[in-house]
Amino acid sequence: MITSIKGGEKAIDASHQLLSKRRRGDPNVAQLSVEQIREQLSLAVDRVMNEGSLYDPTLAALAIKQAEGDLIEAIYLLRAYRSTIPRFGFTLPLDTASMIVRRRISTTHKDVPGGQFLGPTYDYTHRLIDFALLDGCDDEDGLPLPDSDQVEDLHLHHDAGFISRTGLVEEELPDDSQEVADITRSPLTFPSTRDQRLQNLVRGDEGFLMALCYSTMRGYGRNHPYVAEMRHGDVSVVMEIPEIDLEAGIGTVQITECRTIHLTVGKSETPPRYTRGYGLLFGHSERKALSVAVVDRALRGAEFGEERRYPAQDEEFVLSHSDSVAASGLVQHLKLPHYVDFQAEQQLLRRLREDYDKRASEALAKENDDA
Amino acid sequence: MLDDLALNGEAEEYSYGFLDEQTKRMIRRAILKAVSIPGYQVPFGDREIPLPPGWGTGGIQVTASIIGKTDCLKVIDQGADDTTNAVSIRRFFARVARVNTTESTGEATIVQSRHRIPERPLQDDQILVMQVPQPEPLRRLVTSEVETRKLHAFARYGLMQVRLYEDIARYGNIVMSHDYPVRVHDRYLASPSPVPKFDNPKLHRSRALTIFGAGRERRIYAIPPFTDVRSIDFDDHPFERQKWQSCCARCGAEDSYLDEMLLDDAGNTQFVCSDTSYCNDRLSEGASR
Amino acid sequence: MSDVVKPVLQVNGLTKVFDRRLACQDISFTLHRGEVLGIVGESGSGKSTLLKCLAGLMPPDAGNITLSLPDREECDLWRLEEAERERLLPTILAIIHQNARDGLRLDVSAGGNISEPLMTNGHRHYGTLRSVAMEWLKNVEIDPARVDDLPQTFSGGMQQRLQIARGLVTHPQLVLMDEPTGGLDVSVQAKLLDLLRRLVREFNLAVVIVTHDLGVARLLSDRLMVMQSGRVIETGLSDRVLEDPRQPYTQLLVSSVLQV
Repeated sequence: MITSIKGGEKAIDASHQLLSKRRRGDPNVAQLSVEQIREQLSLAVDRVMNEGSLYDPTLAALAIKQAEGDLIEAIYLLRAYRSTIPRFGFTLPLDTASMIVRRRISTTHKDVPGGQFLGPTYDYTHRLIDFALLDGCDDEDGLPLPDSDQVEDLHLHHDAGFISRTGLVEEELPDDSQEVADITRSPLTFPSTRDQRLQNLVRGDEGFLMALCYSTMRGYGRNHPYVAEMRHGDVSVVMEIPEIDLEAGIGTVQITECRTIHLTVGKSETPPRYTRGYGLLFGHSERKALSVAVVDRALRGAEFGEERRYPAQDEEFVLSHSDSVAASGLVQHLKLPHYVDFQAEQQLLRRLREDYDKRASEALAKENDDA
Repeated sequence: MLDDLALNGEAEEYSYGFLDEQTKRMIRRAILKAVSIPGYQVPFGDREIPLPPGWGTGGIQVTASIIGKTDCLKVIDQGADDTTNAVSIRRFFARVARVNTTESTGEATIVQSRHRIPERPLQDDQILVMQVPQPEPLRRLVTSEVETRKLHAFARYGLMQVRLYEDIARYGNIVMSHDYPVRVHDRYLASPSPVPKFDNPKLHRSRALTIFGAGRERRIYAIPPFTDVRSIDFDDHPFERQKWQSCCARCGAEDSYLDEMLLDDAGNTQFVCSDTSYCNDRLSEGASR
Repeated sequence: MSDVVKPVLQVNGLTKVFDRRLACQDISFTLHRGEVLGIVGESGSGKSTLLKCLAGLMPPDAGNITLSLPDREECDLWRLEEAERERLLPTILAIIHQNARDGLRLDVSAGGNISEPLMTNGHRHYGTLRSVAMEWLKNVEIDPARVDDLPQTFSGGMQQRLQIARGLVTHPQLVLMDEPTGGLDVSVQAKLLDLLRRLVREFNLAVVIVTHDLGVARLLSDRLMVMQSGRVIETGLSDRVLEDPRQPYTQLLVSSVLQV
């Protein structure tokens, strides 16, 4: 007997129980704590905070736990939670120049004023599985840092401090006086503005953005990026509190900031120069920061008279498909029942097929006549 | 780094040069073919290795396939031995191939490089291995691989020339400063890898074999010794290398590629040789500004 | 007879099958230097397929396309090695597409567009290329001062003339035109036809022109070939075919045009 998938209330409950069971895994293995995830899987936490558009490492860690490590699912959890919290104001723009730097590199010069700080990075590790970690008896106390390497208060000028003086680089946005868009409150419009785009990209799926960035580097819309500066560290968040007429620090956040510069010969009426791409991300998210910066620049083509030809240059393509929550939703909706439209389409197909068969047999008959 | 890891003491379990012998043979065959057809991009089966694609894996696989215990390896990035990626690759080979390494161009039997060709002319007994991100010189004009392979097969390079024409018509100059395409032995158009065009003439009739490895794009190509290598240009707009107003602030060299060093936040700079080995050699020979 | 000039192009029994349908069936004709052959017929009659076979873009299933060129032996286009065919074609053949955008590089200046075929054939002198490009702009009645402008800034008629300049700059032996005036305004069409007529005479071109517009066919071609369902149903001097059509289908074509 064929049973239809109907009245699934019981089925849904049972499914959720199975989910909890699978999430817990083998009960003989100790349960993961949210703190462990937050402290030991911090890069996953960072990704969830970025795409979830909420800076809360503990909640992000909880979402990862709840989603069994499915980061897109965790991002969705955080997004949904975000809808429930009131907004009570805006902070002042982050002063990233006064960041307490954990890592800072520039690729355009061998050394830069203020120095390069390699900091924590996988860049120069050799990718060999470290079996020492398997025993769980790994560096229990963390690798002790030599005192001299302890993070100091480093107030470093941005690349603007050195590269801009060459006069060959586009000025960064001169002022913060214009109102900033908020794509989480009002929908994106096309043509879009740069603030809208940057917000969209930060929330966008890391894999998608990386692939777009990669495509530009493989010829699908080349834009010649150099990393003028990549920095990662802590910045204070400051709020203006009008009631007491004071600016108050309300905490610090970890961020990654990437500035790229791109050779742009441009239109005949503008001077040839380096133009800019920019990416600002929560946590330590260099791959994404780079991708955002390069795609940001790719999407600025209209400003420099560039032809829009490839996916990464097409704002409607990029911005409408970047969101992992939206994409995952629609892709997975294919698992929903679709039998009503399937029935309608089948009817149509049958009719088309009949027409085709008729034409084919007629043609065959004619051919035989001719011969 | 390797010292910290489990590989410690187990290095013998890895094949010499990290890659297994069959992979090395496959890569050597690709190299032989590349040498036989100068400038032609030979596809090869790229392997994952402990460094990420785009960071020199093509060059590393070439080096791993040709290196032997008697070799002496020099690795440079941007002309310098002390740049982080060069250090990382040198350490990798010191460990997995147990070879001597050097910072002196003259002592090396294999030089693996990214973005520079050493100033000191390489000799018959030296091999230059270049790391290549994009082996296809036509890729900037034509995205499709099917299309570019056809253009190479028919040696139809008018399109590349159009690019030069457009540059001159629009800007009065050819606007390419690095990765400047060359015609190898009057047949294949090839990328010299992203070296400054300053380095292009060094490839022409070089005494050393140059092997180009592009891991991510899975291609190996080569320029055998004494091969004609011509940077593309027009008869009335001949190819030119970069020139500087100043000489090296350390060694006074006037014939080398110079890096602009930032001295402070005020934008003060000075120029020094990008090839650290060349600069040091000159200094130890008593040259100075 | 042996010192009679051979036709540039001889087509013999050309046949092409698509999806069990004969797109071109047993087509034969010859074309001499200085001669314009018009191929007319409605869409689906096989004329574009024929043109693609002639252009080296699509191999026929049967038949020969024989080229007689000065300084080389007679050859069958589709029996040449692919590499040889690809090397030969750009030096002897030009295709003028209906849509100028298919025949031009839109992101390359007018001068670059005209110079590309020369550069493909090995020319390496910027100054000469540029002056040739400007001369050709004059030839097709475009202001040479626009040599550095992108085709996007040109009108439809100008783009078509630019495409013609790009096609003819190498002095090809054979020119294939696919509805060259299609999609243009009537007044622009007239001007373009004048230009084409002048160029054909001036450069003594051998031209195959595919069109469904009998007016264009009458103005440009010496001889006409009428196609229907993949077959040539009538052929002859243009005046004869148009004034005294013998096949019912041709009569229908002609009368429908005259009624307009």
